[in-house]
Order: sequence, then structure tokens, then C-alpha cells
Amino acid sequence: MLAQQLLNGILAGSVYALFALGFTLMFGVLGVINLTYGFYFSTGAFVALHATRYLHMQIWEALPFAAAIAGLIAIVIDELLLGPLRRAKAPELSSLMVTLGATLLLYSLMTAWFTTDIRRFPPTVFDGGAFEIQGLRITLSQILIVAAVVSIVGGLAWLLRRTKLGLAIRALAENDDVAQLMGVNVGGVVHLVSFISGALGGAAGVMIGLNYNAIQPYMGESMMLKGFAVIILGGLGDIRGAVLAGLALGILETLTAGYVASSMKDAVGFLLLVLTLWFRPVGLFGRIAAKRA
Amino acid sequence: MTHALDNFLFTYQSLIYALGINSLLALSMYVVLAIGQLSLGQAAFMGLGAYASALLTAKFAIPFPLALIAAAAVPALLAFVIGAPTLRLSGVYLAIATIGVGEVLRIFYLNWDYAGGALGLNGIPEEAGFVWIFGVLAVALAGFAAIARSRIGRAMEAIRADEAAAGVMGVNLPVYKLAALVVSAAVAGVAGAFNAHVSSFIGPNEYGFDAAVTILSFALLGGIGSPFGPVLGALVLTALPEVLRPLHDYRLVINGLIIVCVVIFLPGGLLPWRLSRIGAPR
Repeated sequence: MLAQQLLNGILAGSVYALFALGFTLMFGVLGVINLTYGFYFSTGAFVALHATRYLHMQIWEALPFAAAIAGLIAIVIDELLLGPLRRAKAPELSSLMVTLGATLLLYSLMTAWFTTDIRRFPPTVFDGGAFEIQGLRITLSQILIVAAVVSIVGGLAWLLRRTKLGLAIRALAENDDVAQLMGVNVGGVVHLVSFISGALGGAAGVMIGLNYNAIQPYMGESMMLKGFAVIILGGLGDIRGAVLAGLALGILETLTAGYVASSMKDAVGFLLLVLTLWFRPVGLFGRIAAKRA
Repeated sequence: MTHALDNFLFTYQSLIYALGINSLLALSMYVVLAIGQLSLGQAAFMGLGAYASALLTAKFAIPFPLALIAAAAVPALLAFVIGAPTLRLSGVYLAIATIGVGEVLRIFYLNWDYAGGALGLNGIPEEAGFVWIFGVLAVALAGFAAIARSRIGRAMEAIRADEAAAGVMGVNLPVYKLAALVVSAAVAGVAGAFNAHVSSFIGPNEYGFDAAVTILSFALLGGIGSPFGPVLGALVLTALPEVLRPLHDYRLVINGLIIVCVVIFLPGGLLPWRLSRIGAPR
């Protein structure tokens, strides 16, 4: 029982980690909390749904396809909304508010189009295969999710730590003016980071949609609450922190649902958030100093 | 004449109440924006005030004025718990912490059977009327205008313009910021109580993300140069969908669009002017 709970917790947590990774990367490099991020999550799930239903893609084709579309939308939204503010060097609050307004706008449009009905992947996507290993039940789609998360996180770590592009991204996170002087194509890197973040959010959306098989426009909004908890617990802009905090939240939520009450599950993230802000605002590792006023 | 006026009030009663209540909510948002912070908890504070006042009057038969005090105090306490740790940090932390409040309270109300659970509360005594709502609005507006013209208002403006510089000039940042959030929560709570006592029904799903962003759009459209801006914004955005019926279905789309356009193209809002300071040399 406990082992099964832990397994489910790790599974949910790995998707939270993936989601929070894009969010914290966006903040770490671009310096804004982009509240439209949850929308890319919903977008990813909807694109995958339609790709499997109408384009008859397999789910492993639909996943990268949906992630790429979500990434492209992220570039467009970033350029339209945050581009002008970035050039005007507007205060942090303006970018928060503009993405907030855009979030309401995008979700209401999406709801007007798709309604709030819960949609499901066509049954062919699930072949329903499941393994039993010493009493632990794990489905094929869960294996796909964990494999995808591990390879995406590994690929991202490699990109950031081992490539010249990664160096440029990290330079931009440090100081964009100096990065520009050092010959970094700042505009290009901003687009690239928007794309990667949007794609991570979109991929997480496909996976959550697949795991719970329930897709509706506002799913990104409830995911954002978990995302906030994870990036604050992990430390804003801290990649390693986001991964570990994501796993921790997934496990704690599953244990709460199993041993306390399933209705309390969604409050766990918020409780973690408030406790972190009270007692350790720098996050788990405290590597990156919390931005003090 | 009075008959015609009565008729008019009766026909448009709910709209007139909504104008007053939304203006109060816009003022509550103004207090936080005036010190350069963003709170997304205004709808949650409103809901907390509504539930507090509704439960006290309906279940304990507490007189309405006393319940109103509780409706201000309970959200103020929550604002303190959230604001004390986050306001020491940069602005994004308050925004992030308050965005979760509404969702957590919604889950709480849903599971709280005593407060009606998912069905909400019915049969709340209809105590709040025209005099209550617009009386409190007038007092709040006059109070905030007086504050804006005083030393405190100038300090708030300084914090908004440049926090570090204001701190260096001797403005007590933590006290100002926390006080602003607590006052704002209290005002939102009172507005929530009024809302509960004119509609006689409240439910757990009324104080979520949409409501929070809508309250922000009131304040931003009007502009936060003076307390009159947010009130104007609330009046416009409340009356417009009633006048132009087709807009009603796209209310949320329009509120979102207004925030985006105002922030990018019209940062001062409709009423960008600030009030002159009392006793300032001309």
C-alpha cells in the first residue's frame, strides 16, 4: 500500500517537476513571473488530444508535436506582451499584471471555444497495458511519462551545463546587458528560452492529461498553484530545486490523499508555499538569494 | 417624483448595489497597488468577509453592524499571516502567495458542511441596503483621498516609485506595506459582506481567480494616481456590460484585454492625475 502510494507520488511529482522546470527557467532567465505559463499546459493537452483524435498520431508522436506548438505559442505571447515592456524597462509589477490579464483573456477564449466540458483521449491511445511487479501496479502510459520526464530533464541539464547555447542562457540569467556586450544574441536566446519553457509546460500538460485522462481549459490554472509552490520551495530560478521540490510535492500530495483526506490534497501545495515563505524564503537550497525588497 | 425614483431604484436595484460594492473592491485593490504591490487575494478576502458575516448573522443572530466588524477583521488577520513574511521580499512573492489563497479557501468552503459545503449559504438576512453600501463607500473614498493628500500618501507614492530610495529617506517600508495590505483586506471583506447581505446567497465558487482579476481590471482601467480612478474604473466596467448586453458574454475576455492594453498603452489609466498635498506650497 505504502509502496504503491510512493510510486504514484513519484509519478505525479515527476510531472510537477517538469512543469515547474519550465516556469522557473522562464523566471530565472527572463526575470518575469509569466502567469500565462499555465495556459501552455492546457494548450499542450488540447493539441495532443486533437492530434491523436483527428491526425491519428500515436501518443509518442503527439507529445513532441504538442510541446512544439505550445513552445511556439509561448514565443508569440512573450514577444507581444513582454517584448514592449522589456524594451521600455518597465517595472516588474507591469509584466506581472500584463501576463495576468492575458491569462484571463486566453482562458476565457479557450473556454468559449472548447467549453469547460471534460474531454478524454480516444481509447486507442491507451492500450491499457499494465505490469505488476511484486504487487505494484504500473501502467504503460505511466512508464512513458517517467521515461519522457527523465530524458527531458537530462537533456535540459546537458543543454544548460555542457553547450555554448547553455552558457549564453546562463549569461543572460546573470545579467542581460553584459551578456549582450559579450556577443550573446539576446533576442534569439529570449525566444529560445520562451520556446523551451512553453514546450516543457505543454509536455507536462500532455502527461497530466494522459495520466488522469481528463482535459479541460482551466486545468492549467490549478496546475499553476502547484507550480508556484514548487518554484518557491525549490527557490525561484533554481533548476535543481524545482526538480526535487516537484517530486516532494507529488509524494506529499499522494500521502495526504491516502492517509489524511483526499479533499486536502490540493491544499498541501499552498501550505508548503506559506511555510516556505515564513521560514525559508530562499527555498530548499538557498543557493540563489531571495530577492529582498 | 419620489414614486418615479422608487421605481427606478427598484428596477436597477441590483445594478446600483453592484456599482457600490465593486467600487469598494476597486478601492481595496487601490490601497495595495498604491504601494507598488500586487495582491491577487482581493476576491479571497471578499469571500472571507462574506462567509464571516453571513454565518454570524444567519446562524448566531449577531446584529449586522457587529458582523460587519468581523467581516473586516477576519480577512485582515489572513492578510497579516500572508503579508508578514512575503512583504519583506520583492513584489512577486506577494502576488504568488495571494494567488493561492482563493483556491485554498474554495477547497475549504467546499468541504465545510457547516457553511453549506458546495451548496453555499442561503437565506442570509438582507440587511445591507443603499445607505449602508454608499455610506461606507463615501467614507472610504473620503478617507483614502485624505490619506493620499497627507504625509502617509506621499510616503506610499514614494514606495511605489522607488522602494529602495523611499527606505533610505526614512519611510518604514515593512510597516507601510503590511498596513496597506491589512487595510485593503478589511475593505474587501466589508464589500464581501455587503454582497452577501444584498444577494442573500453565497457559494464557494464566487471568489476565485476570475473575480480577483476582474477587481484588478477595475483599478487599472481607472488608474491609481488617486482613489477616484479605481472607483471610476469599477463604475465603467460594472455598468458597461449592462448597457451593451452583447458584451455580457465576453465580460471576462474584455476584462483581460483591458488589463493588457492599459498596462502596455495607458499605464496611468483613465484618471492619471494625483491629488495635491494638503498645505503644500503652490
